[in-house]
Amino acid sequence: MVELLNYPFDSSMIHRKCNRIRNELMKGAFTNEIKVAVLGGSTTNQLVKIIELFLLKEGFLVSFYESEYNKYYEDAAFDNQTLLDFKPDFIYIHTTHHNITEYSSLKATNEEIEIIFENQISKFSSIWNSLEKYNCPIIQNNFDLPLNRSLGNLDSYQPHGQTYFLNKLNHFFAKEAQKNKSLYINDINYLSALFGLNNWHNKNIWFTAKYAISYEAIPTLANNIVGIIKSILGRSKKCLVLDLDNTCWGGVIGDDGLNGIKLGNESAQGEAYLTFQAYVNKLRERGIILAVCSKNNHEIAKEGFTHSDSILKFEDFTSFKANWDPKYLNIENIANEINIGLDSIVFMDDNPVERNIVQSQLPSVSVPEIGDDILNFIDYIERNNYFEVVNLSNDDLNRNKFYKENIIRKKQKAAFENYDQFLLSLKMNAEIKPFSNVYLDRITQLINKTNQFNLTTKRYKLIEVEKISKNEMFITLYGKLTDKFGDNGLTSVMFGKITNKTCVIDTWLMSCRVLKRDMEFAMFNKFVEKCLSKNLNKIIGIYKRTAKNNMVSNLFSDLGFEYVKEKSDGSIIWELKIKNYNSIVNKININ
Amino acid sequence: MNREELFEKIQEIFRDIFDNENLKIEESTNSSDIDDWDSLNHINLVVAIESEIKIKFNFDELSTLKDVGAMMDLILKKIN
Repeated sequence: MVELLNYPFDSSMIHRKCNRIRNELMKGAFTNEIKVAVLGGSTTNQLVKIIELFLLKEGFLVSFYESEYNKYYEDAAFDNQTLLDFKPDFIYIHTTHHNITEYSSLKATNEEIEIIFENQISKFSSIWNSLEKYNCPIIQNNFDLPLNRSLGNLDSYQPHGQTYFLNKLNHFFAKEAQKNKSLYINDINYLSALFGLNNWHNKNIWFTAKYAISYEAIPTLANNIVGIIKSILGRSKKCLVLDLDNTCWGGVIGDDGLNGIKLGNESAQGEAYLTFQAYVNKLRERGIILAVCSKNNHEIAKEGFTHSDSILKFEDFTSFKANWDPKYLNIENIANEINIGLDSIVFMDDNPVERNIVQSQLPSVSVPEIGDDILNFIDYIERNNYFEVVNLSNDDLNRNKFYKENIIRKKQKAAFENYDQFLLSLKMNAEIKPFSNVYLDRITQLINKTNQFNLTTKRYKLIEVEKISKNEMFITLYGKLTDKFGDNGLTSVMFGKITNKTCVIDTWLMSCRVLKRDMEFAMFNKFVEKCLSKNLNKIIGIYKRTAKNNMVSNLFSDLGFEYVKEKSDGSIIWELKIKNYNSIVNKININ
Repeated sequence: MNREELFEKIQEIFRDIFDNENLKIEESTNSSDIDDWDSLNHINLVVAIESEIKIKFNFDELSTLKDVGAMMDLILKKIN
């Protein structure tokens, strides 16, 4: 029944089976709990129930605060002890065009229209300002268009028009979200267009129950909100694994040959595959890792991407598995090679048998039931929100380059007598400095998605990281590493809190792409240096075991820490007297 | 669709909405007989019936849906 929550949504079944889906989901194990406040400008009961389903599906046990009917403004703008006590992790403001209470009359002058616009702006600005005290992301709907427009086409370009007014507000919301780091727009303007206003709105349910959007649209809306939450929490997928024949091009390259496959503008089908490739390439450009998993001869498969019309090139794939092994084994290899979890992978294959085997052998891989019609493939990726992104860092844009460079490094490694020589040959340079504003987005992103080299696996939101960076009681460090092959970007983060001459390392993590480069030693040397400059004499390290971070279980011991105790929650406490510490020699130059 | 066939469909919808596989309704069943039959679940019932039977209720009709029997009367009138 849980599969009802995959795109395409059967809305009426989701509503009808809502309680049963919930029961089924509640049988799962939950490692994460989150609290979501829903401040509605219309009825939200059913919406909240469906949001819960999508969150449960992602492994989040959720509790809600739900404002009374249409009390979003009062709840947000005034003191609200209940909401304060609730301590929301997310606040979602479900407003729609129905909440715009004042439009200009047709006789209004331009100045008067401007005042009405300013009133609406200041209402929402005051909501967002007031919500800052909750220190959490705010997810805000922009505006859908009303079903009717009394001025007809003029409504969209005449200053008195409602359409014109709402579009202008949407533009203002977008500008605000560019500035305000904790404001995220839930684009119902797009969703309603996608649905068609006739289906997005339902006058009957509006007048009888004050639901501002139709029941039919609720699952799509809920899924969209959960997509944003997932992305903020670093749960978006990282890698797209593609089959080749009838997925990246039409036909079978082994049978039809390079000139026989359908790809390019000569045929409708070829053009459709080209469009799919162009979309995949856009994902790649914004940092999604691409891989191939195909039952094919390697050389023949590779040849497909030399097709004169092919947008994707062989080099665009970080991992390329074209052989006759079972696909689930290849996908496991891909995950190991790139160093990501299976739960970060989406696999696309037009063959239902292959999909089925992969899904049953590797349940944590996402395998959408894309069918075999190329026309639908993009929608399956997009509407399942696999790759939802809430901001674009330079590291995202360069990620594929990093992985590519890593493969060259691996090849070089083989040519050296020993590892030290190899490291030396890399001519590594690091920049290790306290957190600074330009890097907070990237630092937060790393904190939320790094699983393997991560001592405590604590997650923090942007707004919290920002506070820590400004707090004198914290020692914070980020690390960037470059070498002769290129820039690895910001890949290492650590910070600790000072109490009584002691610094407790709260968080220490590193991206897997710089493993085994001694970067952790360079980071720690710098950290000790900072501690000394503040006259501290002790460092406490904490290792909290998770399913994924075994690789750092001995790190503190390797650095010369002494074991103190194991706490009841399973975390192990280590201690280092700073005067006993000898800097660890490494091959990294510090800038 | 005859009255018995319709009754079976309605029964299934009630079981789904109220999350009880053994729920047995009767024509006289009304909101005071089922704990969770509040105004919100009433909407869920109406929406589910509309989509299952492919009919639409109008405003006046919604207020007449007092019990299962009344629902069935109205539905049968609409589809026949």
